[in-house]
Amino acid sequence: MERGALIPHLFRTEYSKIIVVLCKRFGFDQMEIAEDIASDTFLAAAQTWPLHGIPPHPVAWLYHVAKNKARNWLQREAVFRHKVSPGASGTSGGLGFPGPDEQDIDLSPKNIEDSQLQMMFAICTPVISAEAQIGLSLRILCGFGIEEIADAFLSNKETINKRLFRAKEKLREEKISLRMPGVREIDERLPTVLITIYLLFSEGYYSLSQDTTLRKDLCFEAMRLCRMLIENPPTNKPEVNALLSLMCFHASRFEARVGQQGEMVLYDDQDTALWDEELISQGGYYLSRSAHGPFLSRYHLEASIAYWHCIKEDTAEKWENILQLYNRLLQVEYSPIAALNRTFALAKANGKEAAIAEAEKLLLTDNHFYYTLLGELYTGIDNKKAIAHFLLALYLAKTTTDKRIIQQKIDRL
Amino acid sequence: MDEFMLIMRHPDGKKVASPEQMQIWMKQTMDWIGGIAAQNKYVGGNGLVFDDSRVVRHKNVVTNGPFGEIAETLGGYMIVRAESIDEAVEFAKGCPVLQGEGNSMEVRKIARRDGA
Repeated sequence: MERGALIPHLFRTEYSKIIVVLCKRFGFDQMEIAEDIASDTFLAAAQTWPLHGIPPHPVAWLYHVAKNKARNWLQREAVFRHKVSPGASGTSGGLGFPGPDEQDIDLSPKNIEDSQLQMMFAICTPVISAEAQIGLSLRILCGFGIEEIADAFLSNKETINKRLFRAKEKLREEKISLRMPGVREIDERLPTVLITIYLLFSEGYYSLSQDTTLRKDLCFEAMRLCRMLIENPPTNKPEVNALLSLMCFHASRFEARVGQQGEMVLYDDQDTALWDEELISQGGYYLSRSAHGPFLSRYHLEASIAYWHCIKEDTAEKWENILQLYNRLLQVEYSPIAALNRTFALAKANGKEAAIAEAEKLLLTDNHFYYTLLGELYTGIDNKKAIAHFLLALYLAKTTTDKRIIQQKIDRL
Repeated sequence: MDEFMLIMRHPDGKKVASPEQMQIWMKQTMDWIGGIAAQNKYVGGNGLVFDDSRVVRHKNVVTNGPFGEIAETLGGYMIVRAESIDEAVEFAKGCPVLQGEGNSMEVRKIARRDGA
């Protein structure tokens, strides 16, 4: 990894681990202290590493620094309790008096994992809005920057900062603690946990906010969080397996999706030799594990769609299956992108004429994918109309990658 | 935006068509529903099973279904979101049920809780 990219990379993976462990140690109400210590730790790295070189074990270095800072804070806190406000000491609440043993900060993989799992469910509580839950999860569990969260929500930094601040206040008021929720709470909160994981994956997979084509780290973080839920028996539910299956199938095309110059390679043009067979078979494994219980989630449907996309041959059976899966998915969970993909599958299964009639009813007129789809459908039927639609798509497209792909389609006509 | 119920009236498909024909209708129905859902106008719906149905009448007299004119029996319903009754009617027109002569789709606005 390049020098300049190492700290942001570690920030993404380690920042949240440090916060959750400290939060668990200090108590949820001290989240801001935990965030400050984690931020200070990275600040120290940013200041020292360029001068003295990157340490041989950067992660261990970060943990060491974080531990020291945490110990110092605990000591100051203890001194305050002992000396400054002895009257308040010994009563319940707060930190009490951490002895030397208690002061150790446990950054072992096991404790990191437990803390993250507990944090996932602590954040995904009905007392704060779903948006706030997702925002906090992205910040604390996934180490997203405020700006990235703002991009993911199509909002701005100020709004997100306010939202996260209010959410943390609320969690403090509710005296949320870091522990594993009971069976009923799991059912209640799991949907939000899964949405957050999926959003994180999508952020990495499609990376709308930045002009880089892939951010695998985010995707693998999302898969890691999902796998944690599967390895923990009470949360090992069919829909969790379906979500992991879905992510495996998508992730199998990482290498094939990016060309040698970093450009995006569309599905039809992908070299199937670059598809990751291991991830495809893992996807199949989790899909089969998801196939029980009475509840068919959107993740089951999306995983099944992704499964069919891992079969490159264009058969009638494949597209008919994909179409029917999209028909059902849209009944469970509408989204513009699912509507567009469904119409593409309709063209493959029922012919372009039928798909054009359906596409024109969608009226997703602020979406460049909508006009790209119409352009595709009209190609070969009415090329003039096809070009007109592609030009609209070009006008609406935001990223240079999207613009380039659309331009290529126009050039071909 | 209001909600409308599209009520399908048709005889039991199994009695009038081959399994192959049934399969074609099934696909057409799924594509019809998918098309409405793709416009974010689908709210819900169900098919109704013809076998083993009953009618409970005045004084709790129970009779076997189906009931009256065979093409008038209820085969299923769907609830859609639409700007107007006309838009809801356009959705109804796409239903494969209407391929059968004598079949019909009834379109009714769902009463709001405030009674409007």
